[in-house]
Amino acid sequence: MSTLLEVSGVSVAFDGFQAIDNLSFQIAEPELRAIIGPNGAGKTTFMDIVTGKTRPDSGRVIWGERSLSLVGLSESRIAQEGIGRKYQRPTVFEDQTVFDNLALALKKRRGPLAVLRDRNSRADRDRIAELAGEIGLTAELPRKAGALSHGQKQWLEIGMLLAQDPRLLLVDEPAAGMTPAERAHTTDILRKAAETRAVVVVEHDMEFVRRLGCKVTVLHEGAVLAEGSIDHVTSDAEVIEVYLGR
Amino acid sequence: MTDAAFSAPVRRPFAMRHPSVLVFLTLLALFTLGVTVLSEAFGLGLISTSFVKTLGKTLCLCLAALAMDLVWGYTGILSLGHMAFFGLGGYAIGMWLMYARTEIIVTASLAAAPLPPTPEEIREGIATQIFGVVGASELPLVWSFAHALPVQLAFVVLVPGLLALVFGWLAFRSRVTGVYLSILTQAMTLALALYLFQNDSGLRGNNGLSGLQNIPGLEATGQDVLSVWFFWASALALGLGYLFCAWLVSGKFGNVIRAIRDDEARVRFLGYPVEAFKLAVFTLTAVLAGIAGALYYPQAGIINPAEIAPIASIYLAVWVAIGGRGQLYGAVIGAAFVSLVSTWFTGGQAPDLDLGAVTVRWVDWWTVLLGLSFVAVTLFAPKGIGGVIAALAERRAPDRHGQDLGPDAGALREKEAER
Repeated sequence: MSTLLEVSGVSVAFDGFQAIDNLSFQIAEPELRAIIGPNGAGKTTFMDIVTGKTRPDSGRVIWGERSLSLVGLSESRIAQEGIGRKYQRPTVFEDQTVFDNLALALKKRRGPLAVLRDRNSRADRDRIAELAGEIGLTAELPRKAGALSHGQKQWLEIGMLLAQDPRLLLVDEPAAGMTPAERAHTTDILRKAAETRAVVVVEHDMEFVRRLGCKVTVLHEGAVLAEGSIDHVTSDAEVIEVYLGR
Repeated sequence: MTDAAFSAPVRRPFAMRHPSVLVFLTLLALFTLGVTVLSEAFGLGLISTSFVKTLGKTLCLCLAALAMDLVWGYTGILSLGHMAFFGLGGYAIGMWLMYARTEIIVTASLAAAPLPPTPEEIREGIATQIFGVVGASELPLVWSFAHALPVQLAFVVLVPGLLALVFGWLAFRSRVTGVYLSILTQAMTLALALYLFQNDSGLRGNNGLSGLQNIPGLEATGQDVLSVWFFWASALALGLGYLFCAWLVSGKFGNVIRAIRDDEARVRFLGYPVEAFKLAVFTLTAVLAGIAGALYYPQAGIINPAEIAPIASIYLAVWVAIGGRGQLYGAVIGAAFVSLVSTWFTGGQAPDLDLGAVTVRWVDWWTVLLGLSFVAVTLFAPKGIGGVIAALAERRAPDRHGQDLGPDAGALREKEAER
C-alpha cells in the first residue's frame, strides 16, 4: 500500500464562505474509504478540487508515484491520469444506449483523431459485455440509458467508472434512492472495485457506510473532524455533537 | 441478450446499418436524374435554366444546413455565423472567376493595339476593370493569387477553416458556451460583413463580385448546359457531404459529440478534451460551409457582403430547426423545403390573400409566416419535420428480432418473450 493521493492544507472560499478550510487527506492504493459529514461540510467541494473543477485558493494536491500536482490541470487531463468520478444524481447519456455509454467510458485514447478511428473492436465489445455482467445490465445493453430505472442508471454509471479503469474512484452517494437489494449489490460492486484501486465513497447513510466496513473520514465545516473505523468515529463525542446528534 | 446477437449488427455494411443514408442517396440520384431529363440542355426542356440554378443553389444550401446540423444538432454549439464561412467560400472562388474572365476581356481588347501588351499592362487593365467601380486601379494584396485557380480553390477550404480554427480556439478555450457563444458568432459574421462593405476592403465593397455565372474558358458553353453541370456538382457535393457526415456521426466520434451536447461536464470527467472536439467540429463544418458557398455563388452569379449579414446565419438555424436537428436528413429537408417555399413566396408567384381589411402580400408577409411556422415547430414538433418522419418510420418497422414462437406460444417473438 502506497499513498496515491495526498491533499494537504487545501483551502477554498466562495464569496467569503469557507467551503474547505485547511483540509488534509490521504488515500492509499488499494483502499476503500468513506467520507461522511453534514450538508455543507465540503464533501462535494473536496471532489471538485480533486477532479479539477474547482481550483483551491491554497494548498497542494499531489498524485501518484511521480508526485504530479493536480492543481491547475484540466478536468479531462486529470480524468486521463486515472481519477474517475460518480455524481450524486446519476448522469448517464440518456439519449444513447447502455452499450454506447460503456463504450464511451472504456479506457482508451481520448483525442478527436484517435476517437475518429475507433470502431469498437472485438476486444472492446467483450470487455463491455463483461462489464455489463458485473453491473447486471447485460439484458439492457441495446436499450437507451434514459429508459433505465434510477437504480440501473446508478449501476450504469458505476459500470462506466469501472470501464474507465481509474486508479482512484470518487463516488458521491451511490446508494441514494436505492432499494435494499440494490444497496447490497452496490456495496458488493464497490468492495470488489476497492480490491485493486482506491475508492472514496461520500455517503449520508450510516448503515450503508457500516456495511462497507472501511476507514471513515468525518468532514465538518471544510476540515477533517475525525478519522478511523466506523465504531471509532461514531463514538467520538464531537462527531455525535455535529452530525449524529441531529 | 447474447454477445453474438449484440455484435452481429456491427459487421453489416455501413449502408445496411444506416438505411436512411441509402434512401437519401437514392432519392438524391433520382432527383438529379429527373432534373437532368427535364432540363433545357439535356432533355425535355420542361424546367427553365433559371429554375435549374435555383435547384442547384438549394442543394448547396442543404449542404450548409448539414454542416449546421453537425455543429448545432449533434454537438450542441448554436453557431449563428456559419453563413460567414459559406460567403468566404463564395468570395474565394468568385475572385478567380472574376479575375480570369476580366483577363480574357482585357487581353482581347488590347490585342487590337499596334504593340502587343506587356503583362503589366494586362494586369493594370484588369485592376482598372475590376476596381474602377470603387475608385481604385491597383490590385489589392488579397488578389495576389486570384489568377491561380488551384490556389483560390485551396482558399475555399483554408480561409473558412482558418477563421473557424482561430475563432473557435479563442471561444472554446475560454469556455464560452450557450447563448454567449451564439452572440459571439453573430458578432463575428456582422464584423466580417461590415468590413467587406467598405470600399477599401479589397473585395469591391458593397458591389461585391459579379458575373460569376460566366465560367472562364467555357464561353462557348451556354448557361443552360452550365447550370446543369453545376447542378450535378452540387448534387455530388451534397451526396458526398451527407455520406461523410453520416460516417462521422455513426461512430464513436458521433457518440462523443452527442454526449458533449447533452452533458459537457460529464464528458470532461470521462477524460475527453471537450474543447478539442468542439474545435474540430466547428472547423470541419466551417470548411463544409465554405465548399457549399463556392458551389452556390457561381450559380447565383453575384456575391456581396449582404450575403453574410447576421440574418443569413439565423435563417440557416431556422431551416435546421424546422427540418429537425440531430438528424442529417432533417437538416436537408428543412433547408430544401424552407428555401424553395421562400423562393416561391418572395418571387411574387404566390397569389395575394385578400382578407378584407388587409391584403396579405406574400413578398412582405412571408417572413411572418416563416416566424409563425418556426414557433409552431418549436411548440408542436420539437424534432422538426425529420422527427415526424422518424416517428412514422419507427411505427412502420418496430425493432423485432428473433424467431416467431409459433401460434401456441403467443404473438410475441422469441427475444421479447424471453425478456
